[in-house]
Amino acid sequence: MELLLDSIFNGIAIGSVLLVAALGLAIVFGLMGVINLAHGELMMLGAYTTYVTQLIFKLPILKPFYNWYVIISIFLAFIVSGVVGIILEKTIIRKLYGSPLETLLATWGVSLILQQFVRSVPLSYGSGLIISLLIGMVLPLFFPTKIKESIKFKYYKLASWSFATLIGILSAELISSLISKLGRASSRNVDVTAPAWMRGQIEILGNTFPKTRLMIIIITLISVIAIICFLNQSAWGIRIRAVTQNRQMCDCLGISTEKVDVITFGIGSGLAGVAGVAVSLLGSVGPNVGGNYIVGCFMVVVLGGVGNLLGTIFASFGIGIMTDLIGAGRLLNIWPNMPLSLSNTINFFATTSMARVMIFALIVIFLQFKPSGLFPQKGRMVES
Amino acid sequence: MRISRRILAGLATASIATTLTSCGGGSKTSGSFDDSVTVGILHSLSGTMAISESTLVDTEIMAIEEINASGGITIDGKSYKIEYIIEDGASDWPTFAEKSKKLIDQDKVPVVFGGWTSASRKAMLPVYESKDAFLYYPIQYEAQECSNNIFYTGATPNQQSEPATEFMYKRSPAAGGDFFLVGSDYVFPRTSNTITKAQVKQLGGRVVGEDYLPLGNTEVAPIISKIKKALPSGGIIINTLNGDQNVAFFKQIQDAGITPSEGYYVMNYSIAEEEISTIGPEFLEGHYGAWNYMMSIDSPASKKFAANFKKRWGSDRVVADPQESAYNMVYLWKQAVEDAGTFDDNAVRDALIGQKFDAPQGPVEVMPNHHLSQTVRIGEINSEGGFTILEETDVVLPQAWNQKHPSSKGFACDWTDPSKGEKYRL
Repeated sequence: MELLLDSIFNGIAIGSVLLVAALGLAIVFGLMGVINLAHGELMMLGAYTTYVTQLIFKLPILKPFYNWYVIISIFLAFIVSGVVGIILEKTIIRKLYGSPLETLLATWGVSLILQQFVRSVPLSYGSGLIISLLIGMVLPLFFPTKIKESIKFKYYKLASWSFATLIGILSAELISSLISKLGRASSRNVDVTAPAWMRGQIEILGNTFPKTRLMIIIITLISVIAIICFLNQSAWGIRIRAVTQNRQMCDCLGISTEKVDVITFGIGSGLAGVAGVAVSLLGSVGPNVGGNYIVGCFMVVVLGGVGNLLGTIFASFGIGIMTDLIGAGRLLNIWPNMPLSLSNTINFFATTSMARVMIFALIVIFLQFKPSGLFPQKGRMVES
Repeated sequence: MRISRRILAGLATASIATTLTSCGGGSKTSGSFDDSVTVGILHSLSGTMAISESTLVDTEIMAIEEINASGGITIDGKSYKIEYIIEDGASDWPTFAEKSKKLIDQDKVPVVFGGWTSASRKAMLPVYESKDAFLYYPIQYEAQECSNNIFYTGATPNQQSEPATEFMYKRSPAAGGDFFLVGSDYVFPRTSNTITKAQVKQLGGRVVGEDYLPLGNTEVAPIISKIKKALPSGGIIINTLNGDQNVAFFKQIQDAGITPSEGYYVMNYSIAEEEISTIGPEFLEGHYGAWNYMMSIDSPASKKFAANFKKRWGSDRVVADPQESAYNMVYLWKQAVEDAGTFDDNAVRDALIGQKFDAPQGPVEVMPNHHLSQTVRIGEINSEGGFTILEETDVVLPQAWNQKHPSSKGFACDWTDPSKGEKYRL
C-alpha cells in the first residue's frame, strides 16, 4: 500500500511537470492545429522571468516580500510568454495557417532566434523590450471609442508606441543600473532558488514529499482548472471552441476569428510561461531548457488525442506513472518472486535512459492501434 | 519542390555561417622577435559546450601571452614569438575533425591544443593519426586510450576516481557505507563507474545501485526513489553527471532529504569551482570533489596562476582543474620544443617525454604513455563556493589502461620503446 502510494505520488509528480508543460501546447496544437516548435522557448522565457523576478525581489525595497516572488512570477511569466506569443501569432503564424510544414519550419526558426536572443542580449534589455511591447499593445485598448473611430487613430497609435518605447528603454536602464548582473549578456546557465518555505519536505500519511514538487502539482492543478473553466464557462472560451469546430460558420455568424486566434495562441503561450516557472524550480535556467521538454510535450498531446484536454491530463499522468514504475524498477517490489528471466529483463529497463526507450516504444505501439490517441475527437471536423 | 528548395537554402546559409565563424587570432607583432610560429587552438566557441570550453581558450591565450612576454620560444639562440589561430569546434564532433584537418593541412601548425568531450577527441583521433600530427588534450577523462599522436594532460581514472573512492570508503564520514552510482549516459560515466565497481569490490564494499540520466534530461525523481530504496539510512553517492544535470540533481535531492546531515555524501568528478558557482554552494556544501588542481591550493604558483587569470580576464573569473591542465600543456610544449631544437612533430614528441614543469598544482612530469604524473586532492565543498582540501596524495603515475577495468587489466602503454607502443602486456 505504501509502495503504491509512493509510486502514485512519484508518477503524479513527474506527470504534473509534463502536464503543465504540455497544457499550452494542447491548446495551441490541439485546438488550433499549429505545430509550434517554439513552445519550449516560450517556457524558457517563463523560466527567465522567474529568474529576473527573483533578482528584483532581492532589492532592498522589495526584500520583505521575497518569500512570495514565485507566486508573482507565475503571473509575470504568463504575461511575458503571452505577449511574445501574441507577437508571434500576429507577425508569423497568422500568415501560415493551413500550411503545417511551413509553420513547423518558421516556429523552429523562431525557437533558434529566441535561444540566441537570451544568449546575446542582456536580460535587462529583454525585460525592457517586453515592457514596451506590453504597454504598446495594451495602451490603445484604453483609448475612448471616439478616438478609435477618428481618422487620426494611427497618429494616436504611433504616439502610444513611442511612449511605450520610451518607458521600455527607461525601465531597461533602471533594471541594469539596479542589478548589474542583468546588465550583461551571458550564455551561462542561471539558477532560481526557491524561497525557504518552499524547500525541504513535508509529511503526508507517513511519507515525505518534496515541497517544490507539491508546489508544481498545485500550479498544474490551478492551471488545469482555470483553463477548463475558461473554455467551458466564459464567452471567449466558448467562441474558441466554436472556431475550433467550424471556422467558416463562426466567421459567417460574426465571430471575429482573427481575435479568437490571437487570444487562443496568447493563452497557450502564457501557459508555456507558467510551465517555465515550474521547470525553473527543478533545474537550472538556460537557453536550452525548453528544448529538453518539447519532445515530451508533443508526445503527451499526441498520446492524449489531439484537441482533447482530458486526454492530455490522462496521458501525462499515465506517462509519469509508467516512468516511475519502469525507471525505478518498482514491479520487482510489487511482485518479488517473479521468474529470474523476467526479473532480469525488468532490471535491464530499470534505468532512467532505458525507461525512456521503453516508454517511447510503448507509446508507438499504442498509437499503432489507436492512431488518434486515448480520447479521439468524436464527430466530424470540418477541416478533416 | 518548394520545400526542398527552402531546405537547400537553409543548408547553404548554415554552411556559410559555419565558415564565417572561424576566425583568426593573434596579437600584434613586436619587433624584438627573430621569427614567429603559429599554433592551433580548437575548442567550441558556440553551442552547448561553449561555456566550458571558452575558459580553456582564455587560459591557453594567457599562457601564450606569458611565454611571449618572457621572450617567446628560443631555438639555437633564435627567438620565436607564438601566434595562434583559434578555430571553433561548435560543440559538433565532426566539425572538430574537419577543423583539425584545416589547421594541419592549410595552416600547417606544428601543434593543436584542443577538445573537451571524449566524443570530440574520438572524432579527432583518426585525423591526427593519419596525418601524423600532434594534439594536446587537457581534460580529465576515462582513459582506455593511448595514442602516439595525442598528449593527455588531464587526469586518468587512477588519478582522480580511484583515490576518491578509497577516501569515501575508508575515511569519509560515511566510511564503510554502501555505494550508489549516478551519471550522465555517455562514455565517461559508464567507464568510470565500471572501474569504481571493480574497486569497491576489491575494497570489500557494496555497490547497491547505479543509474544513468540521458543527456538533456533533468527528471531525477525515479533516481531519487531508487537512492532512497537502496540507501535507506545514508551512504556514498558517486556522481558523474554532466553540466546542467547537476543543478537539477542537487536541487531535487536536497528537497528529498538526501543531504550530508542525513548521512548521504556525494563525491563528484565533474564539479569544479566554475560549476559550484553555477549550482550554488548552498546545495553542495558538505559534499566532496576530487581534482588535481583546486583554486584553494595555498602555494605561490597556484596563487600566481589564479591572480594572473583574474588580472587578464576579469576579477569575477575563477580557475579550475581543466584550465590548469590547459595551462600546463602550453608550457610543456614550449619546453619540449626548446629541448628538441625544432618544431618538427616527431622530434618534439620524443623530447616531450620526461619534461618536468612546476605547475600550479605542484610538480608534474610527462610519462612515456603521453599522460602526466599528477597530485590528487580530495576537497570538501565549503559555503564560499570553493574546496577545503582534506587530503593530498603523493604524485600519482597515470595509467592509460586502467588496472581495475576488466578489459584493460594487465596492459600498459609506452611510446619510448618501439616494441611496446600503444598496448602491451605488463
